[in-house]
Amino acid sequence: MDDELAISVRGLRKAYGDNVAVAGVDLDVRRGEVFALLGPNGAGKTTTVEILEGYRQRDAGEVSVLGTDPGLVLGSRPRGPRAGAPRTSRGQAADWRSRVGIVLQGTGEFDELTVAEVVRHFSGFYPEADDPDKVVERVGLGAKANARTHTLSGGQKRRLDVALGIIGRPELLFLDEPTTGFDPEARREFWELIRDLAAAGTTIVLTTHYLDEAESLADRVGVIAAGRVIEVAPPDLLGNRQDALATVSWRTPEGTPETAQSATPTALVAELAARFGGEVPGLTVTRPTLEDVYLSMIGH
Amino acid sequence: MTTTTKPATPPATTGRRRVGPGALALRQGRLEITQFLRSRESVVFTMGFPIIMILIFASIFDGTIGGGVKFTQYFITGMIATGLMTVSFQNLGIWIPIERDRGVLKRYRGTPMPKWVWFAGKVIMVVVIGVAETALLLAVAVALFDLDLPATAGKWFTFGWVAVLGVTACTLCGIAISSLARTARSGSAVVTPVSLVLQFISGVFFVFTDLPTWMQQVAALFPLKWMCQGLRAVFLPESFGAQEPGGSFELGRVALVLALWCLIGLALCLTTFRWTTKRDG
Repeated sequence: MDDELAISVRGLRKAYGDNVAVAGVDLDVRRGEVFALLGPNGAGKTTTVEILEGYRQRDAGEVSVLGTDPGLVLGSRPRGPRAGAPRTSRGQAADWRSRVGIVLQGTGEFDELTVAEVVRHFSGFYPEADDPDKVVERVGLGAKANARTHTLSGGQKRRLDVALGIIGRPELLFLDEPTTGFDPEARREFWELIRDLAAAGTTIVLTTHYLDEAESLADRVGVIAAGRVIEVAPPDLLGNRQDALATVSWRTPEGTPETAQSATPTALVAELAARFGGEVPGLTVTRPTLEDVYLSMIGH
Repeated sequence: MTTTTKPATPPATTGRRRVGPGALALRQGRLEITQFLRSRESVVFTMGFPIIMILIFASIFDGTIGGGVKFTQYFITGMIATGLMTVSFQNLGIWIPIERDRGVLKRYRGTPMPKWVWFAGKVIMVVVIGVAETALLLAVAVALFDLDLPATAGKWFTFGWVAVLGVTACTLCGIAISSLARTARSGSAVVTPVSLVLQFISGVFFVFTDLPTWMQQVAALFPLKWMCQGLRAVFLPESFGAQEPGGSFELGRVALVLALWCLIGLALCLTTFRWTTKRDG
C-alpha cells in the first residue's frame, strides 16, 4: 500500500441482480487532496462511495481505504474474492471508522433532540473528537445550537450532517452531494469550510452534481459513467479542455452579434482590435466550461 | 516540501478522556429516553394507554370477580402486561423503521460506536420507561381503585421475573419485526394489528377462560397470554389458579414459553436485522 494514497481501488465491481452498478472502477485518491466524483444519476457514484465508506460489500476488485479493506470492516462475512479472509477485529474496525468521516446523501433527522445534543452525543464515539460547541459554530449552526433538529431548514440539516461528519476529526472525509438544497450564499460558506478542512490536511472525497462546486473545490475530478471511471484530471484539464477551441464573440459596428471558433484567440482579438481601432464592442473569449466538457463526456 | 499532516492538536482536546463502552451504552440509553419523553405521541400512547384503559375498565367493572376479589385485581394484570408489551414490542416495532428510513441507523453504523451499544440504548430505554409506566399504573390503581399490591416477597419475585422475561421477549420480537416494515410509515401498520389481536385473545380485555377454547389455544402460542397468566399468580389469590385452563398458574410453563420466545426473538434479530432500508441495499 502506497502511503501517499488515501484510497486505492482496482477493478471494483458490484451488481444488484442483473443490474451492474459498478463495472470495473479504478481510482486513486492521494492523501490531502480534494477529489470530486462526477457522474449522472445511476452511474455508480453512490455505490462506489458506499463501498469505500464500508457500507456495502463489493463483488470483485481490490479496495484500500486508509490502508484497510472497508469490506472487512463492514462486519458481515466477506464474499467473493475475499471469502475466508480474516475479519478485521472490532478494535481495528472502530479505529478505521474513527479516522473516516461520512456525510451521507439525505439528512438524518434526530427529531426531538437539539443540534448541540446530537453533536455532543456523536463526539462520544470518537477517541480524538473535536470540541462539539466549536464544531457547531464552525458549520454555522451556532445560533441554532439549542434548536430541535426537526425545526432546521434543509440547508441547516445538511450543516448538522457535516458537523457529525467532522466531529471525529477524520483523516478522510466523504461528502455525498453535500450542498444540494443550499442557497448560493450558504454554498459559498460551505465551500470555505471545505477549503479550511483541506488546508488542515483532511483528504476529501466529494460527489456532486454542481460542476462549479467541483471546479472551485477539487484538485482532481473523476468522471463516472455507466459504472466506469472514464477520466481523472484536474478540473481545468478535464477532457483536454485547455486545448479546446476558444469561442470569441463580439458585435459588428451595425450591432449584429458575431462568433468565431479559434485555436489562436489572441491573434483574433488583436486583429479585431486593429479592425475596430481600439475597444471591440461586446468582446468575450470563452473556453468550454467544465459543464460543457462533462456533458460531452457522458454522451450528451 | 512540507508534508501536510493532521491539524495541530490543541492541548484542550488531546487530554480528552475516551468514553468507555459501558458509559457509551448509558449515554445511548439516556439519549433514547430523552427522545422518547420529548415525543408527545410516545408519552401519551405508550405510557398513557394502560392507565387510560385501567380507568375505563375499573370504572365499568367495579364489582367482584368472586371470593371478594375485585375485578380491578384481575384486569390490572392485563394492563401491566399490555403496558410492557406496548413499551417494548410496539414502541420498537414502530420507531425503528422510522429511524431506519431516516438514515439514523445508517449514520450510527458509520461511526466507531460498537453495534451492541445501540441495542443497549434501546433496552435501557425500554426498561426505564417500562418500570416508570408500571409504577404509575400501580399507583393509579391503588389510589383510585383500592388495588391490593402483592403481599409477599415471593409474589414480588414472581412479578419481577415474569416482567423481565416478558419484556426481554417483547423487546427482541419488536426489534425483529421492525425489519418487516419497508418504510417509516408501515411500522405501525405491521405492529399495531399484531398487538391488538394479541390483546383481545390473551385475556387483557376479557376474562381469559371466557374466551372460546380455540382462541385460548392460539393465544397460548404467543408470549402475552403467558405474561398475563404469570401476573395473575401475583395479583390473584392462590385459589384462583384452579380456574386457569391448566388447573394452576403453571409458573414453570410461563417461564418456559417466555424463555422460548426470547430465543426465537434473538434468533430473528440476529438473522434479519437491517441497518439500512431495502432500497438502500
